[in-house]
Amino acid sequence: MKMVTAIIKPFKLDDVREALAEVGVQGITVTEVKGFGRQKGHTELYRGAEYVVDFLPKIKIEAAVGNELVDRVVEAIMKAANTGKIGDGKIFVVALERVVRIRTGEIDGDAL
Amino acid sequence: MTHAKWRAGSAVLLGLPTAAFAQTPTLNSGDTAWMITATALVLLMTIPGLALFYAGMVRSKNVLSVMMQCFAITGLVTVLWVAYGYSVAFSVTGMEKGVINLNSFIGSLDKAFFAGVTRDSLVLAVPETVFATFQLTFAILTPALIVGAFAERMKFSALLLFVAGWFTFAYLPIAHMVWSGDGALMWDWGVLDFAGGTVVHINAGVAGLVACLVLGKRKGYPTTPMPPHNLTYTLIGASLLWVGWFGFNAGSAVAADANAGMALLVTQIATGAAALAWMLAEWLLHRKPSVLGIASGAIAGLVAITPAAGVAGPAGALVIGLAAGVLCFLASTKLKRALGYDDSLDVFGVHAVGGIVGAILTGVFADAALGGKGLAEGMTIGGQVWIQFLGVAVTVAITAVVTFILLKIIDAIIGLRVTEDEEVEGLDVVLHNERGYII
Repeated sequence: MKMVTAIIKPFKLDDVREALAEVGVQGITVTEVKGFGRQKGHTELYRGAEYVVDFLPKIKIEAAVGNELVDRVVEAIMKAANTGKIGDGKIFVVALERVVRIRTGEIDGDAL
Repeated sequence: MTHAKWRAGSAVLLGLPTAAFAQTPTLNSGDTAWMITATALVLLMTIPGLALFYAGMVRSKNVLSVMMQCFAITGLVTVLWVAYGYSVAFSVTGMEKGVINLNSFIGSLDKAFFAGVTRDSLVLAVPETVFATFQLTFAILTPALIVGAFAERMKFSALLLFVAGWFTFAYLPIAHMVWSGDGALMWDWGVLDFAGGTVVHINAGVAGLVACLVLGKRKGYPTTPMPPHNLTYTLIGASLLWVGWFGFNAGSAVAADANAGMALLVTQIATGAAALAWMLAEWLLHRKPSVLGIASGAIAGLVAITPAAGVAGPAGALVIGLAAGVLCFLASTKLKRALGYDDSLDVFGVHAVGGIVGAILTGVFADAALGGKGLAEGMTIGGQVWIQFLGVAVTVAITAVVTFILLKIIDAIIGLRVTEDEEVEGLDVVLHNERGYII
């Protein structure tokens, strides 16, 4: 099992969600985050006081998926979240040791 | 007896024939209705107008502290007004035109706790109760303006002591000297200040400068980013101030008449012009027009037209507005940064600078040739401008000295600033055990 984490541009959330549903991902967790990579921030000016705002709003999506699904999930996210411009984001795949469904106690594959 | 003197004096100021007041004054319900309305409008300027205007400009951890200060000042000044404030500001006992005595500077205490003020007492054609409440709303707004200068670092207890003292020793004497009538120092000099350019704005603005210098800069200023946390509040507050200011300026006619009408018009003209001027200046110099800028510009225009609202005409209002918009913009951005003081919400840059610009230009645009109501008999523009300058100078001197001494005393007794750790954590939680936003 793997935890697929994707940092994407906020307006791409719906597209990515649909794409994930199409490849069979049942549930995801979404967080609002801030960050920067190569996409620079911007400046704001308040009565002559200038501030450089480095952090840009992004959305983090986390999905726990079975190994057999990982490649298709990564591809789906890539296609849906891509705009071709700097700041599209990144996908991280990390090995998952254990998954438990709280309501029933099912573990690992049965809990995905 | 005292009322007759006030009426005669104010009649001269308003250019009305004094013979009109030879008969017994009677209540005019139109005037009264307007003045009751104006009172409500001016109170709205402080709560929630100014409260929102300032609250939006501070960091979210301090949003409640600013609102608390404005609201508490409203209660505190109300009580002090009843106890002695109205009397010291507006009692005319012992005053005589051209005679300088103690009562030229401060009123007597014969109206303390509203002694002698009955339901039927009149000021012009309006119940004295209404006039006193109207003036109270001015007395509330003025110290509330100052809180912007030391926002985000002043102790609440110290603030209450400061306001009580400043109201007593800076606001009341200046209000008395400018507004109470014949025998008052600046009234007799012929200083034109219709609705409080000196009494309210220069007074508060200079006090703000002194206060921010005495208290010192916020921790991290100017390198740490401290952008306004909610400019939507600021704009809503500015809008309430703009609308409420019709009560402030047009209400200072103490009548629903031609003077009020012109005050209404010139207030709108100057404000619109100033908002536009600041916006354009910012667009030119900073590449983009901003919400904070246009809101600040509007306030600058409102401040500047305040002393002139009774005498300027439309053309004069336009010039006053444009001048205030540009000059207050420069004061709040360039000057502040160049001199390095932390006037957090630009109380000096907008209220002092705007008030001084307006007060001086009042002397110019009062001239009938420039569309104004007309200078006093035998007066020239140069002469009136000089008198205006004297009024400004006296106001600046008194408020600077009183503010400085008061702050030093309070600092010695209980301290003015919160500790550094408290300042970092935020005043709302530290001073009031509350958070503005629980999301």
